[in-house]
Amino acid sequence: MFTGASNLAEGVDKAFLFIFIIAFIFIIGISAFMIWTVIHYSRKKGREAKQFSGSMKMEVLWTVIPTILVMLMFWIGWKGFAPMRKVPADAMVVTAIGRMWEWEFVYSDSLRSKELVLPINKPVKLDLVAEDVNHSLFIPAFRVKEDVIPGYDNWLWFTPNYIGDYEILCTEYCGLLHSAMVSKTRIVEQEEFDRWYEELKVASFMPEHEGLKLLRSTGCLACHSLDGSKLVGPSFAGLYGSQREVVSGGSAKSVTADEAYITRSIYDPNGEIVEGYARNLMQSYSELLTEEQVGIITEYLRELVEGDGQKEADL
Amino acid sequence: MGNETQPSYLEYQGRHKGLAGWLLSTDHKRIGLLYLYSIVVFFFVAAFLGLLMRIELIAPGKTIMEPQTYNGLFTIHGIIMIFVIVIPGLAAVFGNFFLPILIGARDVAFPKLNLFSWYLYITGAVLGVMSQFMGSGPPDTGWTFYVPYSVESATSVIWALTAAFILGFSSILTGLNFIVTIHRMRAPGMKWFRMPLFPWALYATAWIQVLATPIVGITLLMVIAERVLNIGFFDPALGGDPVLFQHLFWIYSHPAVYIMILPAMGVVTEIFPTFSQKPVFGYGAIVVSSLAIAFVGYFVWGHHMFTSGMSYYARWFFSFLTFIVAVPSAIKVFNWISTMYGGSIDLKPPLLYAISFIFLFMIGGFTGLVLGSLATNVQTHDTAFVVAHFHYIIFGGMGFAFFAGMHYWYPKMFGKMYNNRVANIAWGFNFVGFNLLYFPHFIIGIQGMPRRSYDYLPQFHTGHFLSTIGAFILIAGLLLMLYNFIRAGRRGEKAPANPWHGVTLEWKIPSPPPHENFDEIPEITSRPYFFGSKEKTNQ
Repeated sequence: MFTGASNLAEGVDKAFLFIFIIAFIFIIGISAFMIWTVIHYSRKKGREAKQFSGSMKMEVLWTVIPTILVMLMFWIGWKGFAPMRKVPADAMVVTAIGRMWEWEFVYSDSLRSKELVLPINKPVKLDLVAEDVNHSLFIPAFRVKEDVIPGYDNWLWFTPNYIGDYEILCTEYCGLLHSAMVSKTRIVEQEEFDRWYEELKVASFMPEHEGLKLLRSTGCLACHSLDGSKLVGPSFAGLYGSQREVVSGGSAKSVTADEAYITRSIYDPNGEIVEGYARNLMQSYSELLTEEQVGIITEYLRELVEGDGQKEADL
Repeated sequence: MGNETQPSYLEYQGRHKGLAGWLLSTDHKRIGLLYLYSIVVFFFVAAFLGLLMRIELIAPGKTIMEPQTYNGLFTIHGIIMIFVIVIPGLAAVFGNFFLPILIGARDVAFPKLNLFSWYLYITGAVLGVMSQFMGSGPPDTGWTFYVPYSVESATSVIWALTAAFILGFSSILTGLNFIVTIHRMRAPGMKWFRMPLFPWALYATAWIQVLATPIVGITLLMVIAERVLNIGFFDPALGGDPVLFQHLFWIYSHPAVYIMILPAMGVVTEIFPTFSQKPVFGYGAIVVSSLAIAFVGYFVWGHHMFTSGMSYYARWFFSFLTFIVAVPSAIKVFNWISTMYGGSIDLKPPLLYAISFIFLFMIGGFTGLVLGSLATNVQTHDTAFVVAHFHYIIFGGMGFAFFAGMHYWYPKMFGKMYNNRVANIAWGFNFVGFNLLYFPHFIIGIQGMPRRSYDYLPQFHTGHFLSTIGAFILIAGLLLMLYNFIRAGRRGEKAPANPWHGVTLEWKIPSPPPHENFDEIPEITSRPYFFGSKEKTNQ
């Protein structure tokens, strides 16, 4: 009756339909009854109120019938849900990482991708990893959702039924750009998937600057772009060596973005705020990045300006 | 029961006069009004914040504010609405004012404690508002304070947590006061099953307040300890368990839903018999279902966490119990509509609101079943569907019941009549605006629109646009209703003692009630809601 975009959609949609039909009948029926009562027994017609005050028969009736109906609803909901926790043994495993505020998908051989590309008709299991706070991975078209919680080995699985692009959303509030934590799953034929996977492999063998890796893994790039586009924080493009207009302690001043400035910005981000950006959105990374790592990042940012890093950023 | 000897509670001059006569009064009726005025002020503040959110969401992308502002807005909107308005709400206003009168008492058991509860309440409420201006920016965690985000957020989360903690104490003390009042202060002859049903609902509520609220109090303290002392109860980075926070939070916050809705059910249970001139149908069934809701309500908190990675059997069990708790609510609906059946029905504003309450509560209830069913929960969890569902329950249920109660008891509380026509027009705005505001959320929620989102994908635009139009209509209706009440207070006709021909005790004393309610404590000889076929009570 329903063939949804995933194997799990049918069970979910059946439960929706069943509950909605019963709800519709009761809401319309009871509302109509109330309207009829108000009109039929209107005081303006001068009727005497009948003084009855209960009926055991009716009480039993409207306890038993709703109990049966809700048990049916429970049962159909459970039937639709049960397969979601029975993952086939041959499912392809992909790790889905949630961090503020982006998704990343890690395939076997540690290949990383920002979008989830999957072959059609093949069961896939997503292992959910949170790097900072709670998130929740939701693919509406597939009727799957599970919270991504730090320290918890949550997972979900599904088999995609149709070729196409589907949205991946975050439904657990995770801070500033929660609403922008959107990604895409692309369902393709097996051959196309294999081709894409090979390309991913080739791309990932190109050496990547250690500094860029640090920026990625620390989550810096969620707020600071490499291509000059304005996100929550100022872009890294053209940063190194440039003159920055900053607000410090309430007064504006101009500083050169040298190594000292970059170190200050990482360890004490609210000391100097680039004009036009908000305070207190970024926390100190003094516990997350050593001075040596900050040095590597600075090195990368310098190369980014001098052109060496640009090619890698494009990837 | 003529009552000429005492001045009304509004005119009574005790030891203190003027404003101090209100701020230091231990009269349950004056305290009820203190709560009423504070709640009305905070309600319009939070409703205005909600309107700002709706304006932001009228189109995708940035409309009037930055994401950080939006995140702060939905947080404080939630904190004020939940902790300052709907949890105390009906119990604090109508419970304080009418519980003693309905059971034939002169006051609550501990009048001073009662006043102290209001001071705790106002302290917590003011702290909540101050969190917006103090420290390092408005809190942005949502009213649920989920860890680890609430530990990591740089904003003034501690202010908001402290506010909620203090408000919790106010709630516990009010609950305790009501329990003792109901046990010890009933008029002679008022056996348990001769008590009207609003006090019964308050009694069930009070037990939830006393037993469940301490859990959230401790939990909020634990988050404060985590932020200040880095203790590591919940934050995995410190060796804690983030899901433990969710359990502790919902062990209180789910029963809290029944703290809101049970008194609302109690209010409409008073209204249906009066406007049908007929005894309530199934008195015993309504009492038992109130107690059943209060009891089973403790065991369903897990349905807020179906997607948190709970074990398969935990999900099974919580889903099952969630469906069980739906049955007593259904029983109540059937008893209410049977109370109207065969009556002599006068469709005045209180009944209009009570009937809308049933309609909106049914929509809220059935969509609650969608959320309780495991399969459909997966699709709707943490989406706009949830937002629509709980606004239908809390605003459509508790809110409309509050409006019903206001229209029902206003003549008694203030001794003045409001304009029926204006009240009906305001109802029309409220009803249409409410449905237009929240119903589209069901649809976009099923389609996948996440909650607490500053921005959205283009396919959700129509729903959001309609919703914002509804918000403006609703605000217009609310303001019109407020205007009607204020005008009635100044220029309204004098209300008779019993404008609706009710038979419970509040209608047997003058409007507004005298300082100590009764000259002589009445003797109760029968069940409530006895209208008799011929003799109308004193009019």
